[in-house]
Parts: sequence; structure tokens; C-alpha cells
Amino acid sequence: MSVSFDAETLWLIGGVIALLSVASVVGWRLQRRERAGSGQGVDQDVDPSKRAAVIANLNARIRAWWVMIAVFVAALATGGIGSVVLFALLSFVALRELITLTPTRRGDHRALFWAFFVFIPVQYGFVAGGWYGMFAIFIPVYAFLFIPLRSALAGDTQDFLARTAKIQWGLMLAVYCVSHAPALLMLQIPGYEHEGAKLLLFLVVVVQLSDVLQYVFGKTLGRRPVAPTVSPNKTVEGTLYGIGAASLAGAGLWWITPFSPLGALAIALAITCAGFAGGLVLSAIKRDLGVKDFGSLIEGHGGVLDRIDSLCFAAPLYFHLVRFLYT
Amino acid sequence: MTAPRASARLAAGLLVVLTRLVTGVRAHGPGVAELAAAGVRQRVYFANHTSHLDALVIWSTLPPAARVRTRPVAAQDYWDRPGLRRWVAVDVLNALCIPRGAQAARDALHRLDAALGAGDSLILFPEGTRGDGDALATLKPGLHRIAERHPGVDLVPVHLENLSRILPKGEVLPVPLIGRALFGVAIRLEPGEGREAFLGRARDCLLALRAQCAGGARQAGAAPCP
Repeated sequence: MSVSFDAETLWLIGGVIALLSVASVVGWRLQRRERAGSGQGVDQDVDPSKRAAVIANLNARIRAWWVMIAVFVAALATGGIGSVVLFALLSFVALRELITLTPTRRGDHRALFWAFFVFIPVQYGFVAGGWYGMFAIFIPVYAFLFIPLRSALAGDTQDFLARTAKIQWGLMLAVYCVSHAPALLMLQIPGYEHEGAKLLLFLVVVVQLSDVLQYVFGKTLGRRPVAPTVSPNKTVEGTLYGIGAASLAGAGLWWITPFSPLGALAIALAITCAGFAGGLVLSAIKRDLGVKDFGSLIEGHGGVLDRIDSLCFAAPLYFHLVRFLYT
Repeated sequence: MTAPRASARLAAGLLVVLTRLVTGVRAHGPGVAELAAAGVRQRVYFANHTSHLDALVIWSTLPPAARVRTRPVAAQDYWDRPGLRRWVAVDVLNALCIPRGAQAARDALHRLDAALGAGDSLILFPEGTRGDGDALATLKPGLHRIAERHPGVDLVPVHLENLSRILPKGEVLPVPLIGRALFGVAIRLEPGEGREAFLGRARDCLLALRAQCAGGARQAGAAPCP
């Protein structure tokens, strides 16, 4: 796979940087107003200390976005292999966060060693080599059958089914699903050769923008919670407006994709809905484990898995939609 | 103590980086604020023991100035054997090897006294051997003796979490989960406090750190433990 930056890619990256610059200025002004203590024109019902915490968190998130975008663009710029390595590392850290919080037993040690040091490199090796057949089945067939075998050989049968399921589900979310993002670079679309980087950019920009917009609309207009027992911060208003606005933005980006404007809208809608589903499911896992965040690696956001939760669901759906409809 | 050879110093630096990468450990807990002063004060860190990584993890989380003066206490029969083990333990980590068993107790205590008398800080695992990560064994009396004979030394409880999952007893290859090192506030022998009472209190300190961790700190290393 080889990938090159063209004018369209640079325009899109420039647009993202412009958007983030605006966000930085807004965050800075909000903080200055908060420090000045005036708080004019803001909702006086809200507890001031709570509002200050939200603004501080907002600015931490924006700072982290600068770093994340720099890393992502640098990875894209190296061509295909940089993206594969970046997502492999993300999978590694995400699986680490998930398994750290998930109770496993001594008998799972060897199985977990295989998961981290064999299955992740091999899966991303298939991505780098563009071997679609093995990429698609390696984890669901070979890894999923090997994991319980290795744990069974260790001889401990207590909670065996639950332990096996936890490791398999971790591999599924953190490795298999995430690996579909760089796998976009292996798709051969007629008339769109060597432009896979933009396909990946479209996925990441639309899904992450949807997350951001759901957060922004949720904080400003959100009233009714979607699933209060799962994720108290997700609101009906935030979700609908966020998904709608991000889908429209996706349609507006049709020029970097092989899709028509209407096609881009439909695909953006599908992946933002999948992204919402990913966020909700990963929140349910966090509630089950009794934690607020998966980690603390990304300032303001939590762990890596907190940031890529929506990608976990959106990437495989997007990959297969594009592969089915356009190759 | 002779100056460490360049190869040992380089290996020590690499081990610190590697330990941090594999275990993701950072220092947390109520005793973290005191760590900054650890370079100047003489201290004995005592911790629960579940993994070969334990001493390395504590050693790696210390400020560099404290690290050069801090020696892990290791079982001589296990670590002082020719080859890689001795090189890592004795040359790289500058471990203080002591004999195990009732007959050798006097000899072991003499060596601890000598090291503390020379101004070294120590990392000690008063359970005496590695546990399975679930139960905390009763503490050996050596800790009380140190407290009695070296009243100026800070005794710092450290609870190590998840290391038994990263590298359990009997395994050679690590699973890179995220570990935690919780430093408690230093304790000392109170006037008139007996041996059993002191050892019980020291053990309670470790258990209290673990309890703090079980709730809030399951936040995957997010907020530091209170």
C-alpha cells in the first residue's frame, strides 16, 4: 500500500487545524471570563465550581486534541506503514487499559501474553501486507479458538466461560475492530488508487467531530438523558443534533471521497450512529467495571479507549460499507 | 560501596525505562509528597511482595537522587547465584543479599544494621517471600528490629497493585498491564509499643493503602489515591 498527500488532504487537514484554532480561542475566552468572575450571560443556575471544572476540562480536551491531531497527521504523512503502526499502538494501549480493569486469573497469564505480543502484531501484519482474507478471520477464528485452549491448558476452570469471554471481547473491541481503520488503506477503489489516506481521514474526522458535537450540543442544549443508568452525560438533544450536524459535515466532505454527496451523507450518518453505539456500549462496560474512565493517558479525555470508543464500532461498519459498495 | 561500573549504570537506566514501559507504574498515594525529599532522608520502604518486579518498580519510581542510595534487600539463596541473577541483583541494583532461615537470622540482621549504619536506604519485603497477590501474610519481626535500632529512619509502607498479574510467581514473560505503587505516610515505632503491636500496625498500613486503591484507584491510574 502506498499513500500520498494531495491537495485535497492538505485542505482537509488545514480545515481541521482552523476548527481547532477556533475552539482554542473560544476555550481561552471562556476561561478568561470565568477567571474575571463576571459570568455574565451564563446560566446562573449552574454551580460556579462545577462550571469552572467543565471549562478546565474543555481546555484540557482541546490541548489534547492538538497533540492527537499532530500524531495522526504525522502517521499519515509517513505513508501507509505509519498509520498501521499508530493504530497497532492504540490497540495495544486500549487492550492494556481494558484487561487491567477486567478481573482475570493466574491461569490466563499465558493466554494474555499471546493476546498482547502475538495476536496484535500478527493482525496488523496482515493489515500492512494487505492480506484481506486473513485480516478478516484471524482474530474471530484463530485467536478466539486459541485463547480458551491456552487457558484450559493452564488447568484453572473457575469462571472459565466468563474469563474467556472477557479476553475475547477485549481482543474484539481493542484489536479487531480498531484494525479496520488502517485496513481502509488496502481497499482498491477504481479511480481512487493510492488515495486511501483520505478514506481514513474521512472516518476519523466525521466520527470524532460527531463525538465533539454531541458533547457540545449536550452541554449547551442537553436536557433529557438517553440512558441515565449507562451514561449520565449523553442526552437526546446532544445525540440527535451532534449526529445530524456531523452527518451534514460528512456530506460536505464528499469531495475527498469516492462517494457522491448523497452517498457521503448516508455513510456519515451510518458511521456517526455506529459511533454513538460504540460510546454507549463502552460506557456500559465502564459502569460494569465500576470506573469512570479507562485510563488517564490523554489529558481531559481519560484513556485511549475512552477516545476511540466510537471508532471501535464505526471503523468495521465503514470498512465493510465502502468495500461492499465501492470496490 | 564501590562506584558502580559504567555497564551496570547503563543497565540500571535501561531497567528503569523498561520497568516503566512494561508496568506503566507511577507513584501514587498519600506518601507521594514526601518522595521529593527522599533523596536526603534515610528510609526503609516496606511493601507487599507478589512479583520479581516489585523491588524494581519501587526503585524505578523513586527520584534518581534517592535511587542511588536505596538498596533492595534480596534473599541470598535465590539472588546471589552466578550468572544473570547475581549481575542484576548485586551489580546493577546494588541489592543487599541476606540469608534466609532461623539459623541465619542474626547474620541477616547484622547486614541490615551495617547497611543502615552506612546511611543506605532499603527496600524490604517483610512477608519474607512472594505471595499470590490476594492475601497479605504476617510480617516478619525484622522490620520491628530495624525500627527499634534505627529510630531516625523513616519506615514507608508501599502497596504494589497488579504486579502479581503482570509477572506472577513462576512466570518468565510479563503481561503489560498497568500497575500501581501506592506510597503511604512514613511510620515510626511509638514509645512503649511492643513488637506484635508495631508489626500489626505496619501491616494495617499496607492493608489501608490497598483498601484505598480498591475503590477510587480502580480508575486505571486516573485520580491518585487519596
